[in-house]
Amino acid sequence: MSAPTNNKVKVAILGSGNIGSDLMFKILRAPGHMELALLTGIEPQSEGLARARTLGINASHDGIQPILDDPEIKIVFDATSAQAHVRHAKMLRDAGRIAIDLTPAARGPYVIPPVNLGAHMDEQNVNLITCGGQATIPLVYAVSRVVPVPYAEMISTVASLSAGPGTRQNIDEFTFTTARGLEVIGGARQGKAIIILNPADPPILMRNTIYILLESDDVDRKAIVDSVEEMVKAVQAYVPGYRLKNEPVFEVRDTPEGKRTLIALLLEVTGAGDFLPSYAGNLDIMTASARQVGELFAQKILGQENKL
Amino acid sequence: MKAPRLTDTTLRDGSHAMRHQFTREQVKNVAQALDKAGVPVLEVTHGDGLAGSSIQYGFSLTDEMDLIEEARNAVTNARIAALLLPGIGTRKELKEAVSRGIQVVRIATQCTEADISQQHFGMAKEMGLEAVGFLMMSHMRPPEFLAEQALLMESYGADCVYIVDSAGALLPDGASSRVRALKEALKIQVGFHAHNNLGLGVGNTLAAVEAGADQVDGTLRGLGAGAGNTATELIVAALDRLGYEHEWDVFALLDAAEFVVAPFMPFQPIPDRDSIAIGYAGVYSTFLLHAKRLGKQYNVDPVEILVELGRRKTMAGQEDWILDVTLELAKQKNKG
Repeated sequence: MSAPTNNKVKVAILGSGNIGSDLMFKILRAPGHMELALLTGIEPQSEGLARARTLGINASHDGIQPILDDPEIKIVFDATSAQAHVRHAKMLRDAGRIAIDLTPAARGPYVIPPVNLGAHMDEQNVNLITCGGQATIPLVYAVSRVVPVPYAEMISTVASLSAGPGTRQNIDEFTFTTARGLEVIGGARQGKAIIILNPADPPILMRNTIYILLESDDVDRKAIVDSVEEMVKAVQAYVPGYRLKNEPVFEVRDTPEGKRTLIALLLEVTGAGDFLPSYAGNLDIMTASARQVGELFAQKILGQENKL
Repeated sequence: MKAPRLTDTTLRDGSHAMRHQFTREQVKNVAQALDKAGVPVLEVTHGDGLAGSSIQYGFSLTDEMDLIEEARNAVTNARIAALLLPGIGTRKELKEAVSRGIQVVRIATQCTEADISQQHFGMAKEMGLEAVGFLMMSHMRPPEFLAEQALLMESYGADCVYIVDSAGALLPDGASSRVRALKEALKIQVGFHAHNNLGLGVGNTLAAVEAGADQVDGTLRGLGAGAGNTATELIVAALDRLGYEHEWDVFALLDAAEFVVAPFMPFQPIPDRDSIAIGYAGVYSTFLLHAKRLGKQYNVDPVEILVELGRRKTMAGQEDWILDVTLELAKQKNKG
């Protein structure tokens, strides 16, 4: 194992599946203030572990234990499952490590890097919500910081090939967690989430549509559009393939409360193609957000919080 | 020969044509009429299933849970069903629907994604419900592929799996070959749900019954998405004339269609220009009214929008892409 360097914080990835592997490539490509010390899984035959070894990264199939055994590892990305993370969360907390949770376990507060991470830098465990949440909550927040948002709805359409068994067996959790995130972090009084899998071949890029209802027509449209555009740039800083397909659309729609102004935002996320194919923008935005959160924690540990 | 079991979905698929504006009174009257005419199962839900009330699909005028309860209170013999699309509705709404009176749940996935329904079938069986699987957009995959997906639903506990022609794109041959493939592969029952976009609602349903379908769907007056569904009153008249044994009152259903449903219908769904385009392009029937509205708003021909959506291989529930495609077509038009 390499000796700790002065300007890097040792990190480890727990989970050697697709997400763990893509995150590994992202950290290797742009380590920032992190040094990837270890990738662990539980499957000795895991392709992900073999891949890590060929890249010169220490890999183990002993799960969380080798991470706990190395006190130099300060930050742990958990890309296993919600069930496993519930167990890991406690062990990592007791060992004084920071856990960045990519599962839907939600043991710690939800974080969206450009929206609320600053408020949670003292936490030991933070949760990345869902892929659809990472994509859409920033833009709901961008509107709600300008005008009150009584209702926000998101529809995520992802390529079938990019939805793994975790998502498929827990699809209800996607809708619950994302809707909650639209409310708690996005600032919508009521949030609603819908996810659709599309099997088209070639696979479609991850698409999200965000509908936001406003309380009154008397709004400063330019201020809303400016705020949305500013947020798109902030997300692009760590997810380069994040873009609006169209300028925000303003419409008037019938709702149960009468006619209301509606904002429709059509969003597309192209993955960076670090390991997973570029259509899997839904997975890319999770690993890119995780890397960004890890980097900011690493800077804090090194006493460089001013960069926040 | 015994007739297939009939599920009337006027109060669910019809919700699309009604723009989800059903009232308690309408639901009560339709449910009573169907129950008296001997229809054994009535589906009552937002058109896009539990929790479908949204900007994406249209808000319900009346909470679907209240409509379910209204229907349950209106019937003596019929069982009440609800539709659930995993990704839209969740176990939470399913639980509430059970507490408000449903005895059957129909769980619908894209015909390629049956494995997202395991949680929901599990819960349905735990709660003692009859559970029916729906393979939507079934025209997009061949019979053998659909049989594999249906086997997944069977393994999760489904009591029946339906071939669902959500786009009304199947021809009679395609309907019967798909039903036959499921009949050969499954131990459980097989059903068929039609849309009339190519004018084949009754024809395809008869082809499915000949191929062995145990359950079929209809709606009074064909009230449903796109050009509507197989009309309940038509399919019972046809099956009766073919000599199938049944317990329906054919004339009571003619009356229900004519005197209960027709008076409140905003329009009669028929295979007109836009609806035929849906069947021809193979897109989700519920796109019809959304494409009409946006086409008018942005001055784009709805047929162009629907054909482009077909080219992009959109699936069930992707209504937001209609706006996307309309904006692109409008831009191109302004440039040209």
